[in-house]
Amino acid sequence: MLRRASMLLACRPILAARARPFSTDLPAAPSADATFTEAWTKVIPNMDPPKTPLSFMQPRPPTPSSIPSKLTVNFVLPYASELATKEVDMVIVPATTGQMGVLPGHVATIAELKPGVLSVHEGSEMTKYFVSSGFVFIHANSFADIIAVEAVPLDRLDVNLVQKGLAEFTSKLSSATTDLEKAEAQIGIDVHSALNSALTG
Amino acid sequence: MAMAALRREGRRFASLISPRPITAVRSSPLYPTLEDEGPLGLRHISTQVVRNRMKSVKNIQKITKAMKMVAASKLRAIQTKTENSRGLWQPFTALLGDLPSADVKKNVVVTISSDKGLCGGINSTSVKISKGLHKLNSGPEKETKYVILGEKAKAQLVRDSKKDIELIITELQKNPLNYTQVSVLADEILKNVEYDALRIVFNKFQSVVSFVPTVSTVLSPEIVEREAESGGKLGDLDSYEVEGGETKGEILQNLAEFQFSCTMFNAVLENACSEQGARMSAMDSSSRNAGDMLDRLTLTYNRTRQASITTELIEIISGASALEG
Repeated sequence: MLRRASMLLACRPILAARARPFSTDLPAAPSADATFTEAWTKVIPNMDPPKTPLSFMQPRPPTPSSIPSKLTVNFVLPYASELATKEVDMVIVPATTGQMGVLPGHVATIAELKPGVLSVHEGSEMTKYFVSSGFVFIHANSFADIIAVEAVPLDRLDVNLVQKGLAEFTSKLSSATTDLEKAEAQIGIDVHSALNSALTG
Repeated sequence: MAMAALRREGRRFASLISPRPITAVRSSPLYPTLEDEGPLGLRHISTQVVRNRMKSVKNIQKITKAMKMVAASKLRAIQTKTENSRGLWQPFTALLGDLPSADVKKNVVVTISSDKGLCGGINSTSVKISKGLHKLNSGPEKETKYVILGEKAKAQLVRDSKKDIELIITELQKNPLNYTQVSVLADEILKNVEYDALRIVFNKFQSVVSFVPTVSTVLSPEIVEREAESGGKLGDLDSYEVEGGETKGEILQNLAEFQFSCTMFNAVLENACSEQGARMSAMDSSSRNAGDMLDRLTLTYNRTRQASITTELIEIISGASALEG
């Protein structure tokens, strides 16, 4: 019985030691919202206030006085972070107003993306992705955040399926009755024609 | 010398063993007595009851061990997805900051919980935090509504806040979680609920034994504009040029909706991870408890068995010595 107790005591600290945070987790930044914690502790004194996302994020560097040489890009998808704080020379994003080139020192911008090709230029190499849609935030400190719903490298696209999809949605648009169906068919056509031009152009 | 002592003992016991009339005393059939009545009024304590208990405790231990394994494998599957989705909400917080203390009229608290139980205290923590947020944001002209994801929070919140509940969504994990499903869900919520601020309450997965209750705030475009104008954390939002669209408001609207669906996706995944982790540790402590209980029952069983053997021996020996001497 004593042996069991000592085994239990030995087990527990090992379990605690194993409970290390993962390396993908970011260190807690101390800049948690103070007004929130204060208001919380006043109204609900028994419970610890919940954490907020700010405490899980690494703070971004402030705007430097001179234009940096490289652009830091975060390219995230719901399923993966394609590029995380990667330093590149330029990215070209398919904004709704057209292809937009982003260089270090670009003015702070928020832009919505339309289906199109995103290219990342690093030195002499260039990687192209087809992006379905999303947003791009360009910050004043030469950080660019590209958030896309779906992005695939161009070599994974099948030309035949694209043509078939385009034909299908065109026929759907002509046979659409309600506004909703028309809108859905139009979206399908937009995406497929963008895919088409991405593969051919 | 020893024989004399035994003879003395035998005489003492002989007086005790007098053939009693065997009364047909049976207690109610539901509770089998621990004592059996043998011939000559001998009494044995039954080991049957203890043995039954041991069998059921052992079965429970096996079941909880199996549940722990199942939870561990499910955790492994969903953990990679969660870690990959962690990058999704960071750009939004980097751009728009995090203002949980924003003063708004219409608050909506989205509570994320599990459908199945036996997962420790994570659902109760989420509900407590939601109720705390409700209390925090109560005041004149202010209202807080709930949107509930998951059966467990529904059971707890329906009891006392029934009139504040707008939407209840269950069976989220019937199909593996993916972004399409969550974005449809977010769309439903945004369509049906009026909001100035959405507060998503979930348990963030730090490690297998640590789950941190977290609240993510998504503000509506009007409130974002208001906060940007008043300066403070969102003050430099105006310095961002907004490309495309007819008006800035339209882009901000799309931005708010996209932000909501992204934070929801991450929140749902993190909560699912926390659920599996909590279930693992709950089942682990349960099987350990069952093991302890089994040890104690085994000791009781052995003691009972030995006591009945000793009693028999004493009867026999004293009977024999009574015959001799």
